[in-house]
Amino acid sequence: MSSLSFTLNGKPVSVDVADDRRLIDLLRQDLGLIGSKEGCGIGNCGACTVLVDGAPRAACLTLAAQIAGRHVVTIEGAATSPLLRLLTESFATHGAVQCGYCTPGMIMAAAALLVRTPSPSRHEIRDGMSGNLCRCTGYHRIVDAIEAAAGRLFAETAK
Amino acid sequence: MTRVIMPETLESLWDAMTAAPEARLFCGGTDLLVRHRREGGGSLIGIDRIAALRGIRYQDGDVVIGAATRFSDILEDPLIRAHLPVLARGVAALASPTIRAMASIGGNIVTASPAADSLPALTVLSARLDLASPNAHRTVALREFITGSHATGLRPGEIVTAVRIALAPRPALHHAEKVGQRRMLSGTLVSLAAVIAMDDDGRIEQASLAFGNLGPTVLVSVEAEAELIGRRLDRDALAAAGVAVRRAARPQDDVRASAAYRLRLAGNLLFRLLDPKIPIVAEKYKGRETAE
Repeated sequence: MSSLSFTLNGKPVSVDVADDRRLIDLLRQDLGLIGSKEGCGIGNCGACTVLVDGAPRAACLTLAAQIAGRHVVTIEGAATSPLLRLLTESFATHGAVQCGYCTPGMIMAAAALLVRTPSPSRHEIRDGMSGNLCRCTGYHRIVDAIEAAAGRLFAETAK
Repeated sequence: MTRVIMPETLESLWDAMTAAPEARLFCGGTDLLVRHRREGGGSLIGIDRIAALRGIRYQDGDVVIGAATRFSDILEDPLIRAHLPVLARGVAALASPTIRAMASIGGNIVTASPAADSLPALTVLSARLDLASPNAHRTVALREFITGSHATGLRPGEIVTAVRIALAPRPALHHAEKVGQRRMLSGTLVSLAAVIAMDDDGRIEQASLAFGNLGPTVLVSVEAEAELIGRRLDRDALAAAGVAVRRAARPQDDVRASAAYRLRLAGNLLFRLLDPKIPIVAEKYKGRETAE
């Protein structure tokens, strides 16, 4: 066990954890943040996507030692992040959620996309979300939700 | 317990490697951590905090890409987009945006998968690799470094520190494309990277073609390239090159696709070069022509 310090959703965290504890296990089992989901465990499904220093990462392929000193943002960050809150509301109003298992990863990947590409085309949204699988929705409403969120973001920043 | 060491300088990396010579190195972890979990294993050394291994710069006629540079940074780099579009296109199809924000070019090279998405483009660009160990440095051609499926000439205690690509003296047509079972997040069935340069009369002066996943390593067919030299870029010339490629190819026959299908793809991918909307003209580098 080593002492690990990092920032989680804006707050400093220190935990004793094995160097090779996976971030997804650290979040869900050790810290009780169960919003991030594990799907495939090999980086193919996107359900565990979180942001580390603003970039998207698969929490199933990230070790505790890698996040020392980093800023980690999970879906629980929607409580304080306007962008995550906007996306969450847009997913709800557009019916972009069915079983919901992929949704936290979808929203984190969408946030990573909108930070780099604030006004994406539908094609760019599909490209940007191509690492996140959803077996329920058929994706159309997810794309709708992100497009609408980007539009609101644009309208608010233009004010 | 597995130790995970995250050195921040090359000096501390060498110390860590000396102290734990059996430790495995990783950068983005998108390949190694999957295997580590499956197979178990000893200590790990992560190299993605070493600033000296990261970044893209121009030096003495070369674009130099640090081995720990992530694919997302390569895709966004203006130097690479303008002058090495074959590389940008090749890696644009790699996995997903999240994986591209994690995975490094050095990791893709040393993993040396027959289906690796950066390798055909790096092959047609005649990339060279800077290799280093605590007491030695050498530069080798990528084509010589990769010796087989998942096999390289990396020596014990040695790492890849950078990828070097010489900027071409004249404009050329660049294209890279992979065919998978889906458009995105898909393993490669067959991929092509091509760089074609013409003379003033519109005849092909230089033709570099490399195919991914048609054998244990990237396939370069000298015969296919020779079919194109001195000819115009037309259907007949590309058909002749395709025949030569199919003769040289040794594709897998597996659950993803039959060998016959992969051979057909290999030849047909070449015809993309005829579509005026598809290949990109790589700009000639006009910036700092002299050594810095």
